[in-house]
Amino acid sequence: MSTVEQPATVRSTTAAAPEIKTDRVSGPSRGFLDWLSTTDHKRIGILYLVTSFAFMMLGGVEALLMRTQLAQANLKVLDPQTYNQIMTMHGTTMVFLVVMPLWAGFSNYIVPLQIGARDMAFPRLNALSYWLFLAGGIVFYASVFFTPPEAGWTAYTPLSTGPYIPGNGTDAWIYLIHLTGIASLLGAVNVTVTIAHMRAPGMGWSRIPLFCWSMVAQAIMILLTIPVVAGAVTLMLTDRHFGTCFMSPACGGSALLYQHLFWFFGHPEVYIMILPAFGVISEVLPVFARKPIFGYRAIAASSLGIAFLSMLVWAHHMFATPLTPVVLAFFMLSSMAIAVPTGVKILNWIATLFHGSINAKVPLYFAVGFLILFTLGGITGVMLAIFPIDRQVTDTYFVVAHFHFVLVAGAVSGIMAALYYWFPKMTGRMLSERLGKISFWMQFVGFLGTFLIQHTLGLSGMPRRIYTYGAEKGWEVENLVSTVGAFILGIGVLLTMANVIWSLRCGQRASPDPWKGNTLEWFTASPPPVHNFDVVPVVRSVEPMREIRRRVARDQRTTEHHR
Amino acid sequence: MLYKLPLAGVLLPERGGSPNADRIASLYAVTLVIAFVVFIGVVVAIVYALRRYSEKRHPVATQTRGNTRLEIAWTLAASGLIVFLAVWTFIQLPGIENADESEASAAVIDAGIVPAGKDQPLTIEVIGRQYIWKFRYPGGASSYEEMVAPVGVTVKLEITSIDVAHSWWIPKLGGKFDALPGYTNETWFRISEEGVYQGQCAELCGRNHAVMFARVRAVSPDAYVAWLARQKRENAEGLAAAKADRPAIPEER
Repeated sequence: MSTVEQPATVRSTTAAAPEIKTDRVSGPSRGFLDWLSTTDHKRIGILYLVTSFAFMMLGGVEALLMRTQLAQANLKVLDPQTYNQIMTMHGTTMVFLVVMPLWAGFSNYIVPLQIGARDMAFPRLNALSYWLFLAGGIVFYASVFFTPPEAGWTAYTPLSTGPYIPGNGTDAWIYLIHLTGIASLLGAVNVTVTIAHMRAPGMGWSRIPLFCWSMVAQAIMILLTIPVVAGAVTLMLTDRHFGTCFMSPACGGSALLYQHLFWFFGHPEVYIMILPAFGVISEVLPVFARKPIFGYRAIAASSLGIAFLSMLVWAHHMFATPLTPVVLAFFMLSSMAIAVPTGVKILNWIATLFHGSINAKVPLYFAVGFLILFTLGGITGVMLAIFPIDRQVTDTYFVVAHFHFVLVAGAVSGIMAALYYWFPKMTGRMLSERLGKISFWMQFVGFLGTFLIQHTLGLSGMPRRIYTYGAEKGWEVENLVSTVGAFILGIGVLLTMANVIWSLRCGQRASPDPWKGNTLEWFTASPPPVHNFDVVPVVRSVEPMREIRRRVARDQRTTEHHR
Repeated sequence: MLYKLPLAGVLLPERGGSPNADRIASLYAVTLVIAFVVFIGVVVAIVYALRRYSEKRHPVATQTRGNTRLEIAWTLAASGLIVFLAVWTFIQLPGIENADESEASAAVIDAGIVPAGKDQPLTIEVIGRQYIWKFRYPGGASSYEEMVAPVGVTVKLEITSIDVAHSWWIPKLGGKFDALPGYTNETWFRISEEGVYQGQCAELCGRNHAVMFARVRAVSPDAYVAWLARQKRENAEGLAAAKADRPAIPEER
């Protein structure tokens, strides 16, 4: 045998399975205080996840309240002011307090493990991110006891800056953007530096797990766009309170300026929410199809391509505003162009399934649900890029359906897949497969029931953000279907929450590598010890765990032979 | 083909009021057919893969890492589809964007609404405010909530707002155009059939956004002229009454 450098891991892998022998490195537990003072990336990850899932419940209740109000014509469940407040809370919650921090939670927990690091690069900064995010959520929800904001999650001027909405709800919204924005920026710096500098030996850029690649692309977008929205809402704040005039035409400002600034952030934000889901799908599909991802480089490159293009498409949210033809044409073409890297990804994922040996576990269910529904959302996205068509369907339930296909069927399916996939790693327990599959089907059917029919509502003229409609409009049947679907979807999500609570106590014990994963998080114990790895293995491919498993099997054979 | 079926408001945008709305609907129909084919293709591929390559039927996975030729091919195919859609849109664009420049119908010219000749549109100002639309017609008449317009002539709209952002939208007459304070947005329609075309504000403009309705009542040129004269007289009477500080409508005794 030629002399092969003996990786340090061999020591720890000669046992029956990839194994970690840990000595206690932390001090005695102080219970609750440990959670408040923690700088462990795994604990911070769990704090993020628990907090965001709690906010998801609030956002979900808000969604169901709106769907109840709209179930039939002329209902009086919510009055106009309350409806607008709940609509604003729902959108803001789901974007800034649910999807973004959920990804922050997963990336906190998983990224260091996947690259073989012992923590994030800046553990204290990491804790600061979480507490700032929580502060943003608290400031925002505290407005419930005063006057909640009611200008929508986009807070268009002059509605948000002028004398049109009494109370200080919009200020609470601005502080939320600032606080969660700083949290995201710090988190983005942290995750980028961690991936750039703390990788296991041998893990070159072409061997980084695709989830980490997607987090790099996401971090770039956060770093470039969050400061812009933070600036925009600061202008709004000074307009509201300090006598400046950036947004009001009455004193020389522009009512359109804010829209440009907001959407320069707002469109990349869509990809900030969806790219990590792309990463999760790229992790889950190969593991459950038992073959490598099809076109690793194409998928990693298209993440970066999407991140770049996402910053050149913002005005497609503004096709109905006065824009010159050349601007309209540019943003139509750039928005269409972004369909190419996205389409390439989808085809690569489907090709990953082909010739595989598909192990249909719950994470795969959600990944496939993602593929089907997100494709539909992507396709309606191309239709919306065509600006004459956009002007018929924008600001209607068509566009509501479109972005829920992208953000619920896309981002939230990715979150569900990530939860079922990584829960065993985080807790040492498996989630119930049975309950998981019931939850998946309820979410899938409920989602289609809620949102597919909303395309039709939009085409027949129902604008978004209306608190009621007359019976003569003929929208009652579709709205009722949508409301029923929303409740099914809600129960589906609740079942997963129940699954989590039940499995934490009674779930089947998980081995370190229950799925036969490809990446390093499956090398350590479930849940991992504080320092993650006794020995950081040398990485020789994109799927280090495959080799480690092979080596373990070989070593076992040799040992048996020698006996 | 798809275009002939009664699918407006179900699978296609509303149409049937003005040619630009019709053209948007037919452009939409083309993209819908492409979208449908792509979506069905993706779903069939996924379902086939899940059934054919399940653990039971295909116990050993083939360890392929990619296929550069195939990947280049489908990148080109996806780009080709996008290029086709872009080109098709640009071909259709002038008919949607540019106001119909053909001469108004004889009845319109006879009624003296616009002069004879090409490119002689009737211009109506549309002004949004919380929560009602105001319309100003040439010659000083104005109306609220319901715009009255003659059939057989191109009507150009100049849309603005005096408070917050609103959005002008009558689905059967074309797409949305935002009404923003400090900006003037322009669109057009040309109605050939008399009738009432319904719409409502499409940009969140405050608490009563849901009840900021808009209507266009298309009438014959003669009826339009008569309505305009009456509206102008009533407006003037109202103004005079306001100046004289007495009720516009005399109180009943």
